Amino acid sequence: MANYELKELIDWDTRIREKVDEFGLDCYPQEFEICDHTGMLGYMAYSGMPSHYPHWSYGKSYEKLKTLYDHGVSGLPYEMVINSSPAIAYLMRDNTLLLQILTMAHVYGHNDFFKNNFTYKTTRAELTIETFKAHASRVRRYTEDPSIGVDSVERIMDAAHALSWQCRRNLAIRKLSREEQVRRAIEAAQPKADPYKKIHRPREFHEPDLHKRPLEPEEDILLFIRDNNPFLAEWEKDLLTIVDEETKYFIPMMETKIMNEGWASYWHKKIVESLELDQGLHLEFIVRHNQVIRPIPGQLNPYHLGFRIWEDIYRRHTDPTPEEIKRDGAPVKSGMERLFEVREVERDTSFLRRYLTEELMRDMDLFEYQARGSDLVVDKVSDTEGWREVKETLIRGVGTSSLPVIKVEDADFGHNHTLYVKHYHDGRDLHLEYAEKTLAYLQRLWGRECMLETILQGKRSQLCYNERGFSIRALK
Amino acid sequence: MVDSIFREYRPSDAERSDRSAGDRMRHRQKVRESIRENIADIIAEESIIGKDRDRVIKVPLRGVKEYRFVYGDNAPGAGQGDGNSKPGQVVGKTGREGAGKGEDMAGDRPGVDYYETDVTLEELVEIMFEDLELPNLERRALREVETDLSSKRKGYRHVGIRVRLDKRRTARQRVMRKLANIHNEEDRIQKAAEEDGEPLTADQPSVPLAPSAPSRRRFPFHHNDLRYKHIEVDTREESNAVVMCIMDTSGSMDTMKKYLARSFFFLLFQFISTRYRNVEIVFIAHHTEAREVTEEEFFYKGESGGTFISSGYQKALEIVAERYHRSLWNVYAFHCSDGDNFDSDNPAALRAAQALADICNLFGYGEIKPLGSRYYESSMLNVFRRLDAPNFHTVLIERKEDIWPSFKAFLAKDRIKE
Repeated sequence: MANYELKELIDWDTRIREKVDEFGLDCYPQEFEICDHTGMLGYMAYSGMPSHYPHWSYGKSYEKLKTLYDHGVSGLPYEMVINSSPAIAYLMRDNTLLLQILTMAHVYGHNDFFKNNFTYKTTRAELTIETFKAHASRVRRYTEDPSIGVDSVERIMDAAHALSWQCRRNLAIRKLSREEQVRRAIEAAQPKADPYKKIHRPREFHEPDLHKRPLEPEEDILLFIRDNNPFLAEWEKDLLTIVDEETKYFIPMMETKIMNEGWASYWHKKIVESLELDQGLHLEFIVRHNQVIRPIPGQLNPYHLGFRIWEDIYRRHTDPTPEEIKRDGAPVKSGMERLFEVREVERDTSFLRRYLTEELMRDMDLFEYQARGSDLVVDKVSDTEGWREVKETLIRGVGTSSLPVIKVEDADFGHNHTLYVKHYHDGRDLHLEYAEKTLAYLQRLWGRECMLETILQGKRSQLCYNERGFSIRALK
Repeated sequence: MVDSIFREYRPSDAERSDRSAGDRMRHRQKVRESIRENIADIIAEESIIGKDRDRVIKVPLRGVKEYRFVYGDNAPGAGQGDGNSKPGQVVGKTGREGAGKGEDMAGDRPGVDYYETDVTLEELVEIMFEDLELPNLERRALREVETDLSSKRKGYRHVGIRVRLDKRRTARQRVMRKLANIHNEEDRIQKAAEEDGEPLTADQPSVPLAPSAPSRRRFPFHHNDLRYKHIEVDTREESNAVVMCIMDTSGSMDTMKKYLARSFFFLLFQFISTRYRNVEIVFIAHHTEAREVTEEEFFYKGESGGTFISSGYQKALEIVAERYHRSLWNVYAFHCSDGDNFDSDNPAALRAAQALADICNLFGYGEIKPLGSRYYESSMLNVFRRLDAPNFHTVLIERKEDIWPSFKAFLAKDRIKE
């Protein structure tokens, strides 16, 4: 290590942990692993996991990271921490002492967030490492099995990766079982209680089609295929399960990127400032901290956005302006209480919706852009007329909202075993080339014809993929 | 909260754990497959023609992209400005990483995926010819020359000539023998001492002990110790080939036509180079008369005037007679023209072509007619149809996409013949 010993890091860590306790952060046990840059690149390629199943796409991502790093296009992150209990974080051995201190403080922020935010409740942090390891060994077993082999495994894996994000986004909402769906369908089919029965014609009871699959549109495409394609072998079903489980593990991270990074930045600032560093370290801290949370014109830095909102929430509860009191009423909770509450019950979309104020948006100069020809052109800025729309666009671009919602509507369309999926269009069209290729993957997993309903340039269209290839037609 | 655990950096771990090696290899295989599938398009790209072999070229890739359902271009995005953004201001370009995406929010749109890779020309040529799936061409025995190229060390022997004595190994053999002998020596001394009636005891250290005794004795080299380097002469078959590039440089050959011709010559040369150890290339430019020229002149210098195709062939015949004797050289000739020959020259051209076909392994004529022009221009293809030689082949190139298929067809001829 540069010019300090491991002992020093441990001492700093003890001091940081004292502060963590003092501020009331509630963390999992923490592990730090010191690694070099190749190790770091390796962890980055595999999402930080010490053990992960093999797939060529990770080799690709490693090569890409390495090329960018070698050519100095992008540096390495200071910190990488995974949601597990104990939380595992990696420290780059070549970083300066101050960077390590800052990173450790930052990591405790994430750690607290992982443990307390509601979206992470489904991730089973205490089993993370073991789960990934078990997945890895299962995939390896299939790869090494002479009757399966790497080509067959990749055939399924490539298709599963292509569709992996087509799953439920809000995992806190419980998925209804088939029986519950049946009950709901029957209830919905009952005629409504009508106070004017006497003068109305009695409403007819339409029997719901309980044989339909799925009864309600289904978002978990991989799981649906797993359960409804009888031609899949057990190992193929297992691969689909593995990919689905991994995706669901990463969904909370995607859903809370801005909150999480903002939270960690907010706390590393508070912690490091309370450590009373000597002047040299403190100046370096100011520089590094600003590098992390600086706004990047033309882009959105989640660290910046999150950090600003957290600070703003605190300020509005400790030192509100008279206008704010007039508008929102006097704060009923202390700033800290509010912060801890928000970190527990929000995710990025709700966080932005509730706490990103007009003033803050104007202050940060957020804008909306549209493609015009080959240029991206500013369309609306955060002025009195435009800020709401800019905010909507922003919210639609964060986390899983940036991915199209596609649900399985019917597994036996036209009594033909055609898989009919529908894109829930919200004004944004699908990228056609990508849709075509992904539909081919869907067909590979389903084994029979697949249809995708969507809207292209205002027209309802149906994309179809079967053994004859891809076709597209307009719907009435 | 409980103490945190620190796991120290251990270089040995770092060296051992190249965890992505397998996946990287698999990815490279995919890239290679993808290149092979798209080879025709890549060959058609202008940039690779005429580059030297170590040159790294960018190759567009299909097939290693990871597709998902994503939004297209009509999805608006949000970004942060520098404090005075105005509607109408341009903040980036579509289709690549830029405005609106924080570093970690990427991945939700196309265009982020990189779709080019670097390969060296050498690798590309290798992949190209892998794609051809040609059996190793049999070379004519006549045209192979055995040459003592190099001598290669091959093991050690007990006998040999003095200059090849390996002193180090010889000395080592002696040491080995000496060590093996120590015990014998010890026994001998001990026995001698016992016979003398002087038992060796601890209080009699003055008696010379076994190990030191033999060291004082001379221990000479034995002829069994000698080791000689063994050298084998490596005879290899030297195979020579010459590629005769004949091109029509008359006024009617414009840049586009020349470029197509150039692509074809490039492929031919690269191919021949993979098959023969020593390949020479001859450029013959002709209009009404032919000259041997340098590569530079060949491709870039335009000339004017009419066309006598026979002149080019005559020149090639001359050069072969002069410098590349048939017993030593495999001759490959290829002629590119737009087929706009003077009619009066056609019989002569046919005769010369016949003569050239007789001495060549493979002789080709490529007629370059950028799309459509073949309907109103004269063509040599009809003339050459009368030529009866199994190793003669004509191709018609209309577009750059035609180059690779016609090249394959051209070589297929060679394969049938042999």
